[in-house]
Amino acid sequence: MSDVRTIRVEAMTRVEGEGALRIRLSNGQVDQVQLNIFEPPRLFEALLRGRAIEEVPDITARICGICPVAYQMSAVHALEKALGVQVTPELRRLRRLLYCGEWIESHALHVHLLHVPDFLGYESALALAKDCPDEVNRGLRLKKHGNQLLEALGGRAVHPINVAVGGFYRLPRREELTSLVTDFEWGLRAAIEATHWVAGFDFPDFERPYDFVAVSHPDEYAMCEGPLRTSDGAVIDAADFERHFREQQVPHSTALQAVRLDTGRTYLLGPLARINLNRDQLLPAARRLAVDVGLEQPCRNPFKSIVARCIEIVQAYEEALSILVDYRPGAMARVPYEYQAAEGAAATEAPRGLLYHRYGMDADGKVTLANIVPPTSQNQSQIEDDLRHYLPAVIDEPDEQVAQACEHLVRSYDPCISCATHFLRVKLERG
Amino acid sequence: MHTPRLAVFKFASCDGCQLSFLALEDELLALAGKLDVVYFLEATSRIEPGPYDVALVEGSITTPDDEQRIRQVRRDSKFLVTIGACATSGGIQALRNWADSAEFLQAVYARPETIRALATSTAISDHVPVDFELRGCPINKQQLLEVLLSFLGGRRPRTPVHSVCLECKRRGTVCIAVTQGVPCLGPVTQDGCGAICPSYDRGCYGCFGPCQQPNLESLTAQYQSFGVPREALVRSLRDSFNGNAPEFRAESDRLAVGDDGRTPTA
Repeated sequence: MSDVRTIRVEAMTRVEGEGALRIRLSNGQVDQVQLNIFEPPRLFEALLRGRAIEEVPDITARICGICPVAYQMSAVHALEKALGVQVTPELRRLRRLLYCGEWIESHALHVHLLHVPDFLGYESALALAKDCPDEVNRGLRLKKHGNQLLEALGGRAVHPINVAVGGFYRLPRREELTSLVTDFEWGLRAAIEATHWVAGFDFPDFERPYDFVAVSHPDEYAMCEGPLRTSDGAVIDAADFERHFREQQVPHSTALQAVRLDTGRTYLLGPLARINLNRDQLLPAARRLAVDVGLEQPCRNPFKSIVARCIEIVQAYEEALSILVDYRPGAMARVPYEYQAAEGAAATEAPRGLLYHRYGMDADGKVTLANIVPPTSQNQSQIEDDLRHYLPAVIDEPDEQVAQACEHLVRSYDPCISCATHFLRVKLERG
Repeated sequence: MHTPRLAVFKFASCDGCQLSFLALEDELLALAGKLDVVYFLEATSRIEPGPYDVALVEGSITTPDDEQRIRQVRRDSKFLVTIGACATSGGIQALRNWADSAEFLQAVYARPETIRALATSTAISDHVPVDFELRGCPINKQQLLEVLLSFLGGRRPRTPVHSVCLECKRRGTVCIAVTQGVPCLGPVTQDGCGAICPSYDRGCYGCFGPCQQPNLESLTAQYQSFGVPREALVRSLRDSFNGNAPEFRAESDRLAVGDDGRTPTA
């Protein structure tokens, strides 16, 4: 007789977007792990067709209210590839600066409001704030700095309006940016303190032999440019993404899985992947901090992604400051271009991992095709795989504790479910 | 005294508007002392059933399940506020209202027959009575604060219904429609953002939806006299993130007559 036990989390909390977790155990063995998504489909890839290419950064931003800049950056880079446009070094720096704002905002939100409560046993940061007001307030202030930078350079924090194909609509005036310097100097120190606080938490003893994948660059901690690197040494041009990574059916499962085509293995994206692959490119304070808090090289414990995320906040402050202090607006807000029938693809590093876009356009500058692969839909099979291996360690606990432990692990990935429209396909293909 | 119970619900949307609640970094903790946050999946693992004193609803209705769920939310909530363009007009995903929705699904999903989706994306107020609508894609967090504080104070929220033009004048932004011929939607769009786009040298793209009594026919005629193609005006109204708002929809449909632009099914 088989003894079946089902554990359900009907509505996952403290994640972006809405999803459920279903785990089935048979005779004490993990039988099935499903991360189910009930976000309604919004059909962006269909509705983008026929839009003017200039609208693409504004429209794709609306895929995600937490990482709109990531969508704007992947979109403009892919479109510029198709147009054969290269932006000036100054515009490139400002794009990195904008991305720093989003990394600070999104990471500070996830660390303090969504993830820390798991480590300290609270239902929310609102509840945590009653006992740790200083730490929560520090986190909120970091988050606010990210928003202030997005407002100054992007026009507003959610769905910035200043990102254009070829550059920006208007370059910020000098004082719009330099006025942030004092706050950011405080923020850099506060983010280092926050990292020490977080690194002192208790982490479950759990490691997995991940394949890490991230954008990389020889001279800087990669955000927008450079080939993709994997932890087993592959170097892949972003334009070739679809030839190396695919959601596919695997023999032992009816589920579609995002896998590397050459190895058939799942892979991990996000702060842990980036820091493991690009640690040498961290700026001095962030690099030193990674040593000071004892982050292993490489670190294969998914729960420690919160430490990687904190180090990336420090990195983003450091980089932002280096651009803010001596900023002077140049002559050109955006590089001109002419329409041509072409295709282009690009990958940039959203806070939660690599975000790939590919567009086709016609000679009138209208979109003919759009393909968007968000980080969370790529991480999903890795999350399920992690859960399968993590469950045996917690399986003897009551259902509620098992569910909590699993949610904690899922949150480590900072999943962005609204983004991952492709999730739905995965779920339903299970049939 | 009873602390009012706040719930936050999500339908088809990007999360950006409910995120605005958490973006009230300076006020968040004080606010949490005045309102009991009893259902807000993104922010807390506390999940309590209704009734709720105030509900913030983000997102549009796009599936048969959500058509039912919003009715339950309405039954559970005393004061229901819709937040953002998806909830108040159907959002950018309402572009499917002018398309062949089956073809849209086919373009995105390998097995579209398994997806349960409506042919349209519609506002919450098309399904249940709404007590207050807060516009914007995204909403302005200061306006959200005003809505919550006015709820606590027992008064109507004070949010503007005039056009973006007034705010440009107040800011001292030179009119880009008049001086540069940019087809700015500011004259027909409700203020609330603070007239950001014109101050960044680009036209307003309508993300707060139609202002009170917008004169759309006059504006689009003017822009056509500038040489803006009719088809571009149709597109800019529909891509305004509020394309399904009645005034924008009527004007884009009027302009599209004679093209193969389909009339919406909503």
